[in-house]
Amino acid sequence: MTKQSRRQFLASSAGLVIGVALPLKGHAQSGAAAALGDGTLSEGAFAPNAFIRIAPDNTVTVLSKHIEFGQGPYTGLATLVADEMDASWDQIRVESAPANDELYKNLAFGLQGTGGSTAMANSWMQMRQAGAAARAMLVAAAAEEWGVDASTISVSAGEVTDGTNRASFGELAEAAARQSVPVEPAVKNRSEFTLIGTEVPKVDSRAKSTGTAEFTLDVYRDGMQTVVTRRPSVIGAKVASFDDSAALEVPGVVAVRQIPQGVAVYAENTAAALKGREALRVEWDMSEAETRSSEEIFAEFSRMAESPGVVVEEEGDSAAALESAETVHEAEFLFPYLAHAPMEPLDAVLEVTGDKAEIWMGAQFPTADKGAVAQVLGLAPENVTMNVMLAGGSFGRRAQPSAHIGAEVAAIAKATGGDGAWKLVWTREDDLTGAYYRPLTVHRMRGGIDADGNITAWEDRVVNQSIMEGTPFDQGGADPTSFEGSTKMPYDLPNRTIDWIKATSPVPVLWWRSVGHTHTGYATEVFLDELLEKAGKDPVQGRLDLMRDDAGRDRAVLERVAEMAGWDGTKVKGDRAYGVAVHESFETYVAQIVEVSDQGGMPRVHKVWVAVDCGIAINPNVIAAQIEGGVGYGLGTALFNELVLGPGGEVLQKNFDTYRMLRISEMPEVEVAIIESEADPTGIGEPGTPPIAPAVANAWRALTGTAPRKLPFAQAGA
Amino acid sequence: MTLLTVNGEEVSLDLPEDTPLLWALRDELRLTGTKFGCGIAQCGACTVMVDGMPRRSCVTPVGTLEGASVETIEKVEGPEAKAVQDAWTRIDVPQCGWCQSGQVMSATALLRMNPAPSDEDIDNAMAGNICRCATYVRIRAAIHDAAETLEG
Repeated sequence: MTKQSRRQFLASSAGLVIGVALPLKGHAQSGAAAALGDGTLSEGAFAPNAFIRIAPDNTVTVLSKHIEFGQGPYTGLATLVADEMDASWDQIRVESAPANDELYKNLAFGLQGTGGSTAMANSWMQMRQAGAAARAMLVAAAAEEWGVDASTISVSAGEVTDGTNRASFGELAEAAARQSVPVEPAVKNRSEFTLIGTEVPKVDSRAKSTGTAEFTLDVYRDGMQTVVTRRPSVIGAKVASFDDSAALEVPGVVAVRQIPQGVAVYAENTAAALKGREALRVEWDMSEAETRSSEEIFAEFSRMAESPGVVVEEEGDSAAALESAETVHEAEFLFPYLAHAPMEPLDAVLEVTGDKAEIWMGAQFPTADKGAVAQVLGLAPENVTMNVMLAGGSFGRRAQPSAHIGAEVAAIAKATGGDGAWKLVWTREDDLTGAYYRPLTVHRMRGGIDADGNITAWEDRVVNQSIMEGTPFDQGGADPTSFEGSTKMPYDLPNRTIDWIKATSPVPVLWWRSVGHTHTGYATEVFLDELLEKAGKDPVQGRLDLMRDDAGRDRAVLERVAEMAGWDGTKVKGDRAYGVAVHESFETYVAQIVEVSDQGGMPRVHKVWVAVDCGIAINPNVIAAQIEGGVGYGLGTALFNELVLGPGGEVLQKNFDTYRMLRISEMPEVEVAIIESEADPTGIGEPGTPPIAPAVANAWRALTGTAPRKLPFAQAGA
Repeated sequence: MTLLTVNGEEVSLDLPEDTPLLWALRDELRLTGTKFGCGIAQCGACTVMVDGMPRRSCVTPVGTLEGASVETIEKVEGPEAKAVQDAWTRIDVPQCGWCQSGQVMSATALLRMNPAPSDEDIDNAMAGNICRCATYVRIRAAIHDAAETLEG
């Protein structure tokens, strides 16, 4: 895999998009046919490129290079294609693309993958060009058949006509396949869109409401065994020895084998596998384990925060400005480890037949997991087939540069030494104790205010582990995912120093819905709110006054949300308090105002107003859903969630009884406004999450006098 | 050997009595619409009807189901189920979809007992079903929508 900084590619993605989309020349079937093999295209079907197949039955199948786990790319990508083709939405189908970096790379990453809220942004021109090329070829085929000039032909809702003759896409498919692929197909002007910007129904809602959508756990192969792995409850521990005598006596248990990830129990079914695992006795080697508790790690990170780190953004002289400030305000914010806890725990199915293997999984980096299977089993990568399945949530958890699930299921196969099929099942306990957490983080903040109430100094020191280090995204130097959002703030804060201290631990860490913004959004927006209060400024107007001239989109969402909530500067009305936060992430701008009351010492959030600017709104309904979901995800976490390493490093939260999820009775009403925009679409899966926690904390401070210095609101065990 | 009815068909399960119904449905009967989320009755993804009442199949041993009638997402029928599934589709409730079989079963059970639930009724009936995508706003709206459909 190539080494590319996610951040850097996000920044330059617009320049990369054009021209990479389509086979520049060659036979019309070269795209999907090459990717899918000769057998998968039905007779008379038309595949203008790697993304579209048109069948004689008039269905148009869009191959999604992005995994669908609820964030909506199947619907969004298909909308781009269907609009440019002038297809009827009813004829659109969506399937997952196979694993192929060449054809299906994320143009923001350079390899196939979903993450960083890039699915629509990187596909915006690519999928439109793919649709436009298909349309041009259908028109050319019709012109040839009817003996008319292509310019006399129009296409609407899946029908091609010159006013006299009419044909469906399906009827033209075979002839269209003989046309040459346009080198630079013209895409529509915005005024010509018919589907983009509308709320077409999501393609997967019905199947997901009737239990018919197929996920990895639903895959069954002939003779398949179910496998669960006993893992350490202290992260980084290794198997020293094990006793499988009791496990092997459990009816249905077939075998027990040690693999690099732990001790694997093979069984005829899941119930037997789980019972067998219960009966296993394992001794652990703790020499490489994280045996510190969260409390000890926090204490050490706090100590580290007393010394300067690597400066990642600087303006003026913050130390001198603090010296001369009228008022100095300081705060230390502590953020715990967090698990992603997707509803479908991790899983995979692998079938090995001779020198070939096939894997089914919700892979967010499919070529990485495919590569891991090939490597562990010693197979040629082209002999491994990857089926990217619908996944029951991810929130970053399945975006695995480590490909640890592919590697584990392959190790399970390898340990048997033969052919067969195996389903690897992670339980919720495996999920929560299995690391890859949002990094535990400390922010040390200092701010200065002069006699006139101006903020004259701003310091934000971040201490945490690096997510990108050692991954293909690692570019060396400071890892931007550790402090993104503490940098590039929309405010004009003179005398500003942002520095980062890289901490280490055996605990693997990972991007968690909105990555660095999960903590930087809170630290910056809570601390700023406190400074504004000390300076006697209104939270909304104070922010607007501080915004740089080039922060027009931040300003617009903040102004809009203030209008929606009827903000009049009153922070407390009766038993209700109001708090605001604004935060950009993944080039999407979000402002939120919350209405909160005190319910038994915990915030009860009644209402959330949200204004969002994510560029052109491809599907406002999906955008609203992602904002609602992002708010709920961030709120539940801020209120309840902390993955605690207890004494000796044991992970204390093992299931949903102690790692408490937001429930429907705790979900606020959410009102979303989408800013009208001419800008290219940006991300929507993650940006709804960062502002909710600081907005709630700011309201809580208005109500009670203090905002939490350590999240969550409900401390573990409290 | 346990004899019971699943989706109207008599089945005999030759499984240890402590086998959770969830795994019997999935691994033995290949009814995969019922999902696994926690295994300890905390999330509701595995909700099915047992003798007409919603039950967490992950903690229901098959040995307790002799003569019982089990209804799963694959065959849940009647006007309430149809109204719920249609509302779920119309309002685009699902995101990842993993919890939604359980949500649909719980919502159907609610409407069978209470055809016009208030927000509070909905919260009480649905609080045992976790949705990590937090589709709760739409679940609430869809249940009201389904109730209106049923009212005709």
